[in-house]
Amino acid sequence: MPRLKEKIIVTGLASAAIVTILTTIGIIWVLLSQTIEFFSDVSLFDFLTDTQWTPLFADKHFGILPLVAGTFLTTFIAILVALPIGLTIAVYLNEYAPKSFRKIVKPLLEILAAVPTVVYGFFALAVITPFLQMLIPGMAGFNALSAGIVMGIMIIPLITSLSEDALFAVPMSLREASYGMGSTRLQTAFKVMVPAASSGIIVSVILGISRAIGETMIVAIAAGQQPRLTLNPLVPIETITTYIVQVSTGDVAHGSLEYRTIFAAGMALFVFTFILNNISYWVKKKFQEKYE
Amino acid sequence: MNNAVKNRIKDNAFKYFGIACTSFGLLMLAIFIGNILIEGLARIDWDFITNFPSRNPDKAGILPALVGTLWIMGLTAIIAIPLGVSAGIYLEEYGRKNRLAKILEINISNLAGVPSIIYGLLGLEIFGRIMGMGGSLLAGASTLSLLILPVIIVSTREALKAVPKSIKEASFAMGASKWQTIWHQLLPASFGGVITGIILALSRAIGETAPLIVIGALAYVPFVPASPTDEFSVLPIQIFNWISRPQKGFAINAASAIIILLLVTFVLNGIAMYLRNRWQRKVRW
Repeated sequence: MPRLKEKIIVTGLASAAIVTILTTIGIIWVLLSQTIEFFSDVSLFDFLTDTQWTPLFADKHFGILPLVAGTFLTTFIAILVALPIGLTIAVYLNEYAPKSFRKIVKPLLEILAAVPTVVYGFFALAVITPFLQMLIPGMAGFNALSAGIVMGIMIIPLITSLSEDALFAVPMSLREASYGMGSTRLQTAFKVMVPAASSGIIVSVILGISRAIGETMIVAIAAGQQPRLTLNPLVPIETITTYIVQVSTGDVAHGSLEYRTIFAAGMALFVFTFILNNISYWVKKKFQEKYE
Repeated sequence: MNNAVKNRIKDNAFKYFGIACTSFGLLMLAIFIGNILIEGLARIDWDFITNFPSRNPDKAGILPALVGTLWIMGLTAIIAIPLGVSAGIYLEEYGRKNRLAKILEINISNLAGVPSIIYGLLGLEIFGRIMGMGGSLLAGASTLSLLILPVIIVSTREALKAVPKSIKEASFAMGASKWQTIWHQLLPASFGGVITGIILALSRAIGETAPLIVIGALAYVPFVPASPTDEFSVLPIQIFNWISRPQKGFAINAASAIIILLLVTFVLNGIAMYLRNRWQRKVRW
């Protein structure tokens, strides 16, 4: 009898684990089935090459490029902010800072990561945008720049903590050998430690990019809702995620072409992040430096 | 100036740059919280918490959104905790060697990287339309449960992994079965870690906005949701709605609602951190 009970329990546990696989299948199925229907009305060629995205207007165009441009513009700005600052903090905490300082700073930075993104959106719109408008007259109230900067601030803790873990895993002997050769802390940090931890640092950046691409609320609040094929960070744009939110907050009938556009947009988003996540997984597995 | 001096200067320069960058992060956090407190603290009173949303910013309150957030937190906990902990136990204790476990592992790390808004699209079709839940609390909680499942699974595994082998072996030596060992030894020993992961996951769930907007949670709810099948709003959506309006009064309301949301988030995170530290200190094998 106890055998049977154990078997039932194991089956129960396994089926809970299977839910995660069903989730993946569900995501792919939902995106795929709606996207296929979408492409029965819109040609793939138009989707990839048309330079206008106006599914909600009378004159409909279905070119994803403006949304992709908006997404990459905000992501680029975010990484421009987060990578140098995040990596510098990681190196500083690991190579320079006294232990006690590190112990206080790390949890404080973790708070930055725990703040809901809608709150960051408020910050971008109510604090950063007015501040930037003082510096750059003529900047629009909604723009990619302040959304990107705030997104960068949000990603700093992610890059810092993953890079720090990678730096921390480099054995002490490497650092000591470098000091033994008479190097300064700076030389040790950037000529020995950072190269030795490079796979972990690259993974942190890729995950940061993937996070920025999928981020929704900051850009929906602060970057505007105007799909525009531009690299100008001072004007309103629209990202893929913002478009999905824009349609979801409005009244769009189920089964209509407009309804399907959010799944097509979601599919594009899913493909981008899926590729990035797999690259990071592959880098982690393939290039992880092993020390004994 | 010789090279050694130059290098020392550069070294020191980087030190101050490092301090500057670290302060930048902390300064942003300070400005951020300071700004929100200045904007929103004066507006918070009992009426703000017990009033319904309104077209008049001075009379508007957060009651339905706050109750919605509590509902979502409770329902998500009921759905996600048993699923996540069970899956974590399975992966760590039963499925280590087999093929299924390997697929599960890659799959979970992939799911953790899927943007939350995609979960919204999943919930909209599967829970909302096919299972007929519409934009109800249940549909929202189910969607968020799937979203936080990877977090709970990973932290459960970490916690189980931290229990030393000797405990397990001692239990087996006493003639306990595998499940008896897990239930009576491993789970109690790893309780702190498991609970910490659950709290962090739930705190993430109540801050989520995008997936709930996509499944059709409402921006304006003139009633308090009373059952899992009711339509709802949550604090982040109420905040988003207020931010989107041009009047200054609503921006103040948004700041006030943010204070409440941050309060809940930070309290949950604080509890998690406290448990993590206490558990780490108490349990020394």
